[in-house]
Formats: sequence, structure tokens, C-alpha cells
Amino acid sequence: MSTQTRPAMGWFVSDTLAVTRRHILKITRVPESLFFSLIQPVMFVLLFAFVFGGAINVGAGGAQSYREYLIPGIFAQTVMFAVAGITVGITTDASKGIMDRFRSLPMRPGAVLAGHTLASLVQNILVLFVLSVTGFAVGWRIHGSFADAALAYFVLALFAYAVTWIGAWVGLQMPNPEVASTAGLAWLFPLTFASNIFTPVATMPGWLQPIALWNPVSCIALSARKLFGNPLPQMGDSFPETHTVPLTIAYAFIIIGIFAPLAVRAFKTRNSGGRA
Amino acid sequence: MTLAISARGLTKHFGEVKALNGIDIDVEQGTVVGLLGPNGSGKTTTVRILATLLQADAGSATVGGFEVGSQPDQVRNVIGLTGQYAAVDEYLTGRENLELFGRLFHLSKTEAKTRAAELLERFDLTDAADRSIKGYSGGMRRRLDLAASLIGRPQVLFLDEPTTGLDPRSRQGMWEVIESLVADGTTVLLTTQYLEEADQLASRIIVLDHGNVIAQGTADELKNQVGGDRVELVVANAVDSQRAADVLAQFGSAPAQVDEEARKILLPVAGGSNAIIDAIRALDEHGIAIADIALRRPTLDDVFLSLTGRSAEDEPVAGPPARGRRGRKGGN
Repeated sequence: MSTQTRPAMGWFVSDTLAVTRRHILKITRVPESLFFSLIQPVMFVLLFAFVFGGAINVGAGGAQSYREYLIPGIFAQTVMFAVAGITVGITTDASKGIMDRFRSLPMRPGAVLAGHTLASLVQNILVLFVLSVTGFAVGWRIHGSFADAALAYFVLALFAYAVTWIGAWVGLQMPNPEVASTAGLAWLFPLTFASNIFTPVATMPGWLQPIALWNPVSCIALSARKLFGNPLPQMGDSFPETHTVPLTIAYAFIIIGIFAPLAVRAFKTRNSGGRA
Repeated sequence: MTLAISARGLTKHFGEVKALNGIDIDVEQGTVVGLLGPNGSGKTTTVRILATLLQADAGSATVGGFEVGSQPDQVRNVIGLTGQYAAVDEYLTGRENLELFGRLFHLSKTEAKTRAAELLERFDLTDAADRSIKGYSGGMRRRLDLAASLIGRPQVLFLDEPTTGLDPRSRQGMWEVIESLVADGTTVLLTTQYLEEADQLASRIIVLDHGNVIAQGTADELKNQVGGDRVELVVANAVDSQRAADVLAQFGSAPAQVDEEARKILLPVAGGSNAIIDAIRALDEHGIAIADIALRRPTLDDVFLSLTGRSAEDEPVAGPPARGRRGRKGGN
């Protein structure tokens, strides 16, 4: 028996796909986890559309207008919170020793994380689909062109993919899954909520406005609103408001550019067992 | 002689904790070497360095002829590793796990399938092959884990406490499997804190303590270091204890120890089984009634005790390094 010969890049692709397959199989074995990753954003849609929606005014159109404003925000929130899965998953792998097994195999080290993030992307796309259907049921509509809508979904998926690399890196810093599921997710909350996902930036205190404007989470939500043709209340003429889509794409590449190498390095050097 | 593993001056410190203080290890091809020592002695650190999971601070090592530090990919092509945890995916079936690792070992799809089926058969897991690991017993998980480490037919196999936490029957099963691997010519470096395990499996034993090699040799050589056999005698009547010791003195290679309360006499002897016959005859002539008599070889526990002043299976003296991001040691 001999191992095949193939160029390094070819191995990277086949290793990545093998790891992706592992995670997809896992999703099919534990459908509950997929179900609950769908339930949470759906609950948010219903909560904000029917409970808080009436109290938040985004201009003419009342509750209907807020629902159209809200759904792209929930898209943004959902792709952020999807990071939880990969963070905890990676810490769990590290604490169970399976990561040591990967590291002792002659596979490409980056492939373990590339496969995991790719599987998360597949799951995210599924969640975005279910969320779109839910949104449609409560009155959200796509008003833009087909090309714009396709671009909106592409930008959402790209951004979702980018932030899973942050999750992968954070997961590798965590000592065990318990800490990963609390401390490892703490950064998500300020980042997600100091944004325009639920309410326009202009309604926030002055000191918070520039932060919320430049926040990548605001940019992804605003990109989606613009491309889907949803309401854009109380807009200013700041750079993030005028160049939203290119800025969001740039953010995604910057995040991947920083966190993918950091995560791969952490993967190579992590002394997961830590036993002497 | 060809060395499958050769390490010189391996050193690794975790902050204040000196996990390894420059140890040398040689493992001849096709043999089993046992790394023996209590928790925190440096066994796992040694294995992790040799399996390319951890960089040594100083020193060098070759595995299968490749430098661990500068040729990690080549090393990974010739090794298999089984750690203290069953490093498999809980939600996948046994077969899916093995096929995944086969693919990642860069076997073709067909080869990965064939090899997985072969290993499932060999490790008696065929019936459970298409069930998810969640339903496996501890022993089955370890067997699957060992099977996973063999996917690429490694020349050198690292077994880090392969039977920790297993019940005696599963342990016996693992031993049989390991013995059959060695019969096939695999080189094995095994860590254990069970002296019995080292005694059973290893042709040579390296005793580690606080990151230093404190002794090495075959089990017999190590046992001889603490002295040869001893006759252990329990007399029927406590009053006879001292008299029996006096009678037996002529056969001893060193003075006897007498424990009057336990009616026990421990006499180091040189003559092996002849010594016990002589002793029984002499005691009979003097009319001393015997409750129990046995010839006892020193165990590795005696070796460890005499080398370190404590028992090998005691709890750790210096725990594993306590840096924030390390997991806790499981088992035992």
C-alpha cells in the first residue's frame, strides 16, 4: 500500500473536503443542533416583528416598514451568532484529542480549519434560506433586482465565512468547551448589538454613532438592506453609508487575511493535551 | 542495530515546570520500549515531541530516520499515535472514522475503504462498524482509536497510556492486540504508569522521574538492581520467628528481615528455587511449622520504590504544568 502523490495544493483541497464531509455528516447525525441553530433567528424575527416592532419607528409604513428593516438585521445577527458553533466545536475537538490525531497525520494543517469553516458555511447558507422564508411570511420582500439580491446573498455568505475564522481562532485559545461557550462568545454581543441591526444609528448617543457606523455588522446589515431594496431610514453621508457594499467585502477579506493565518498558526502550535 | 527512535538531550520547560531535562532515548527497530513513571514525570511530553505535536526547547530526535524538528511531514508519514483519549469523532460511525483518517493519510478512496474494513475485522469491531461511536464501550473506543493510528501501517507506534481507565478484561484485550502488532514488526514506544503493563509488553524499560531518565534496561536487569529473589516465609507460631531466621541465615545472600508481629521473615537468596527447598528442609529438621512460604521476585514496583523512594502508581508529586490553556488530565 502506498500513499498517492499529488501537488501540495491538490492535497489541501482533498484534505479540506474530507474534513468538510466529517462535519456535514455530523450535522445529519445531530439534526437537533441544526434545528436549534434555525430556531433562534426565527424567534428573533417573530419577537421583533410582533412584540417590539410596534415600539420602534423607522419612518413611514409603521410595523410593516420595520419588518422590512429588521430582516436584513437578523441576517447579520444570525451570521455573527453562527460563530458560536465553530468556536465550541473546535475547542471540543482539541479537548478530545482528535485534534492531536489530525496534527499527527501527514495532512495539510490548514485543511482541518478550512474544512470546518467550509462546513459552517454550508450550514449558514441553509440558515439564511430558512430565515428568508420566515421573513417572507412576516411581510419582508426583496424589492431590488435579481442581480442585486444575488449579490446580497453572496456578501452575506462571504461575511459569514469570514467571521467563522475569528471563531476558529478564538476556539483554539479556549482551554475547554465550557469556557468556550461562555468567555469564547463574549465578544459577539457588543459587536453585534452596537450596530444598526435593530435600530438606525442616528437614534444612538453621539459617541456610539461612529462606532456603530463603522461596525462591520452594521455594514453587512446595511449592504443587505440596500441590495434587497429595504427601508434605509435616517441615513447620513458618512463613508460606511455611501460605500457600504465594497466596504463590507473589504472587511470580509481583511478578517480572513488576519484570522486565517492566526488560526492556522494556533492550530499548529496548540499543546492541547497539555500533559507532562 | 537500527534505531527507530533516537533522541538526544530532549528538553522542554513549561514556564517554571521542567517537564524534560535533557533526556536520551534509543529504541531499536521492531522492539517495544516502555516509558515508565508517575504523572508529571515527562512521559507524555516525550511522546508529544517525538510525534511532532510539540517542539522541544533543546535537543534533537529522529523517528524512522527523519528529524522530528525539521522534517515533521516525513515523520508523520511513518508514525501512528494513540493518546490517553479516544481521538475519534463521537458522531461518526467506526467505519466513517477510519475512512476519514485513511483519506487524511492520503490513501485513495478505495484503499481507505479496504484498509478500514481490514482494521475493523482485525479489532473485532465489524459488528459495530456502522454504529456511531457514542454507543461504543470504553474498550471498543480504545480499540477503534488504536485501529485509527494503524491506518497508514506505521513503522513506529506511540501508545500514550493505552489502557488507562480500562477494566482488567479490556486491558488484557489491548495487551493481546499490542503483542500481535509487535509480532508483525512494528516498533512501539509505550508510556504507562502500570508496572505490570511495562513488565508484560516492553522488552526494555526507561524509568522517568521529574523529567530525567533515572534507570533503564530490561525488566530483569532493573529487578536485579534491587537485588535478586527473596524467600518470604510466614511461620505458624510467632515465637518461632527469630529462631527460623537464625536457621535460614546460612542460605541467605544478605541478612533476613524479621517481622515478629506478622510472623514473617524475608530472606534475600541467590540460589533461586533451590533456596526454597533447602529452607523447607532445614525448617522441618528444626521442627518449625510453616504457615506460608514463597519465592518472590522483586516487582517493578520494588524497583521504582528503591529508585525514587515512592511508588509509581502514587498520585503526582509535581502535577502537570498549570498554564491557563491546558486541559485537565483525565482517567486514573
